[in-house]
Amino acid sequence: MEWLERNVPKLVLAPSFVAILVFVYGFIAWTAWISLTRSRLMPRYEFEGIGQYERLFAAPRWDVAMDNLFIFGGLFIVISMVIGLMLAIFLDQRIRAEGVLRTVYLYPMALSLIVTGTAWKWILNPGLGIQATVRSWGFENFTFDWLIRPEMAIYTIVLAAVWQASGFVMALFLAGLRSVDTEIIRAAQVDGIPTHRIYSAIIIPTMAPIFLSAFIVLAHLAIKAFDLVIALTNGGPGYATDLPATYMYAMAFSRGDLGQAAASAMVMMMVIFAIVVPYLYSELRPRHDK
Amino acid sequence: MTSKAVTSNTMLRWGLYAVLILFALFYLMPLFVMLTTSLKSLEEIRTGSLLSLPRELTFAPWAEAWSSACAGTQCQGLRPFFWNSVLMAVPAVAISTIVGALNGYVFAQWRFRGANLFFAAILFGCFIPFQVVLLPMAQMLGLMGIAGTIPGLIFVHVIYGIGFTTLFFRNYYVTIPQELVRAAKVDGAGFFRIFFAIFLPLSLPIITVSVIWQFTQIWNDFLFGVSFSGPGSQPVTVALNNIVNSTTGVKAYNVDMAAAIIAAAPTLLVYVIAGKYFIRGLTAGSVKG
Amino acid sequence: MTMKPLLAASTAVMLAGPVLAEPQAEVLHWWTSGGEARSVAVLQEQFAAEGGSWTDMPVAGGGGDAAMTALRARVLSGNAPTAVQLKGPAIQEWYEETGLADIGPVAEENGWEAVLPVRIAEHMQCEGQWCAAPVNVHRVNWIWGNKQILDEHGIAMPTTWEEFNAAAETLKAAGVTPLAHGGQSWQDATVFETVVLGLGGPEFYQQALVDLDPQALNSDTMRQVFDQMRVIRGYVDDNFSGRDWNLATAMVMNGEAAFQIMGDWAKGEFLAADKKPGVDFVCAETPGGGFLYNVDSFAFFKVDGDDRQQGQALLARLIMGEGFQKTFNLNKGSIPARTDVALDEFDDCARQSAEAMNAGAENGSLLPSYAHGMALRGAPAGAITDVVTAHFNSDMTSDEAVEQLANAVASAM
Repeated sequence: MEWLERNVPKLVLAPSFVAILVFVYGFIAWTAWISLTRSRLMPRYEFEGIGQYERLFAAPRWDVAMDNLFIFGGLFIVISMVIGLMLAIFLDQRIRAEGVLRTVYLYPMALSLIVTGTAWKWILNPGLGIQATVRSWGFENFTFDWLIRPEMAIYTIVLAAVWQASGFVMALFLAGLRSVDTEIIRAAQVDGIPTHRIYSAIIIPTMAPIFLSAFIVLAHLAIKAFDLVIALTNGGPGYATDLPATYMYAMAFSRGDLGQAAASAMVMMMVIFAIVVPYLYSELRPRHDK
Repeated sequence: MTSKAVTSNTMLRWGLYAVLILFALFYLMPLFVMLTTSLKSLEEIRTGSLLSLPRELTFAPWAEAWSSACAGTQCQGLRPFFWNSVLMAVPAVAISTIVGALNGYVFAQWRFRGANLFFAAILFGCFIPFQVVLLPMAQMLGLMGIAGTIPGLIFVHVIYGIGFTTLFFRNYYVTIPQELVRAAKVDGAGFFRIFFAIFLPLSLPIITVSVIWQFTQIWNDFLFGVSFSGPGSQPVTVALNNIVNSTTGVKAYNVDMAAAIIAAAPTLLVYVIAGKYFIRGLTAGSVKG
Repeated sequence: MTMKPLLAASTAVMLAGPVLAEPQAEVLHWWTSGGEARSVAVLQEQFAAEGGSWTDMPVAGGGGDAAMTALRARVLSGNAPTAVQLKGPAIQEWYEETGLADIGPVAEENGWEAVLPVRIAEHMQCEGQWCAAPVNVHRVNWIWGNKQILDEHGIAMPTTWEEFNAAAETLKAAGVTPLAHGGQSWQDATVFETVVLGLGGPEFYQQALVDLDPQALNSDTMRQVFDQMRVIRGYVDDNFSGRDWNLATAMVMNGEAAFQIMGDWAKGEFLAADKKPGVDFVCAETPGGGFLYNVDSFAFFKVDGDDRQQGQALLARLIMGEGFQKTFNLNKGSIPARTDVALDEFDDCARQSAEAMNAGAENGSLLPSYAHGMALRGAPAGAITDVVTAHFNSDMTSDEAVEQLANAVASAM
């Protein structure tokens, strides 16, 4: 009985522990194994070696996908943070109708790209959307044709992704701004420090953990970005907007090249690992010291 | 204050509002296109501009999308699939939130050796791309005998939701002073007593965050829905995809758009109604590192 | 007519022993668009009329990608659907991975061997046993033209790629978009394979895109093919990226473009819009002729239970039945896989297609379409498409394309 009492916390965690062990780490191990086989349509378990990785790194399409991940991920994270922070600071100025604006900024997070994909495709299509509309207003030379230009199409993905996530980042930052100690701010105001200085020197530095949280949420969205690409460009023109997740999906499910898909998944996982582990370290470390 | 300062201040505020409204328009654009298109007749969609308001309102596309749009050989609209999604999302959200709350409670207040490592392991699980788990998961569901059923889908969503809900609750509960637990223990209260008497009553903001997040994720999911459902258990996103990809001669864009809005309505509603609490919940500590 | 239920019963008895259960079928397919859905509905009605119970499992999107994802998950979870829309070498690939049900008794009883072209029958067999049933034959290498525009500019349907280029230049000079095209990789691949066939001839096509002969892939002919693709790139409008094929067809219909290169499913769009062949639009084989086929079929996985096995037998028989073959193909724009179905109710384009198929079966120009998954397995076909679409959508030179093609194919083998 006493043993039970002492071990209740562990018993509560046990089901989750087993579930995560099997359904996350077990599956990663499974994928790692498959990446070393010649699995095609369905999994096969005979060991083959690292041939799939050699193929992967030799494939021009994979290079494009990885380049795109860094272009897309970098821009998406930076722009979302900048816009999110800006909107949060602006909304924090005792704005009328703040509730309405907040909801408007936040709602894209509620929608899946399966739902908004068609609308976005129309808006970005030069013959139907913004370009056509602005031209019909009389600006004949207005051009907005990123969607159909291979070297620019990836930026339309960034645009739609920022649309979806920046409101959420705004919410995170707004929450952060609201939890800053108002005493300090009032003291600063009394001292006659201008508002922009108060933000840049006092408030924003205290929000470091929120930057980290936002970064992690965004990085997670960037790496998992899949629906977005499928809905907007389906990887095109050509494969100019391919991302690792779409590459992997294409290999696994439309090409019957499961081994190759598993290899690409493992590389993706390593990228994730490289990003997440430092975060986890910094997140969990200070608490030890407390 | 000098009058000059007042003018520049007014200017600044106007500028502020201008920027905020401009962004609001940007965020609203896709919804605007969807909404207006769903209310236009096909004829008007063909001839008119994409961004114009409908000349004549018609609600026929909405009725069709709900109850008679065709996907494959069935013409039942979204209705039956909508209920599948409800039956899937509600238990999945509830279970993953409860599990997350208990886990978070342990991680925040009942530390033991290795707890941090385990927490890190759970967090890392949040980042696993879902495409990776499709095939082994299918095998597991088959072994467990719940493949192609709604309980199967609930199971999958709970498993991959635990990471986030645990994170939310742990970060929230960690701000509650440990002295509270210690005092309660001295009074002889046990693990669950303390949870129900002290922690749960304080948890409303973070429960809101967890429910909103999980509901959005689960309701909007397509990949698990299409892979792990059988006939009769397909969620609304799969049906939406089928309807949008079905054409009968001419593509009924208005019906597609109406269907898309219907499929998105529950999550939209949750954000509109509970959005305020969402921010409040985040403020209450869930994002403090 | 009275023979058929009798045959069904006897088949069922053969397959399932003395117990007669209600035939069950759960059918996984991605036929969700207009004519297709109507045709599946016909099959469903026939199935029900013979006492069967049909469960529909449509998974649309991505040209069957989503359906194939669902199929893998279903098979891995040990819960394979009764019948699945599958085609080309994928049938044999699945047979090797998991085995497929033997529908030989149905095929023999109904004399499939005698009524199917040999090349098409081969696709339905796995190691000599029947494992799939064909529903139609699409011809991929069609070029569609807007009659009015062509007449206006005095242009005849081109029979060589040079003629096509000349016609396109005339149209371009007159301000008409010569070719309606959608920039999706499978559409790029569709145009590519017709150019390979047109410039290289049937033998070259067979070597390059069926046998994957490195010499053919790395030949001057292949270089010329990519040159021609670059020329064609100049004939499409600016907004072609990501456009669906049926929207491209609509451009030809509405006079916004003169030609489209697309399989005969495009005809269904013309017909659905009440356009008449020979009056509003013209169909012709793509320059160089030959016959690239795309055959839709249903494969039958191994399932347990008499009711489901009987469902498979019944479904196989109905699919190959003359009635269904006719109705389905009238709806879909293709021609029956059976060569003995009367074509009276079909239009001129379909009859032309049937003639070309029979002629092609004789002279060896009846060839599987690589772009539509009939010639190659997924990995090499996808590798080729990657190169084709990358070349078409960038300024890659033909030399680079040929080099990449050879590498990509070699690594996908």
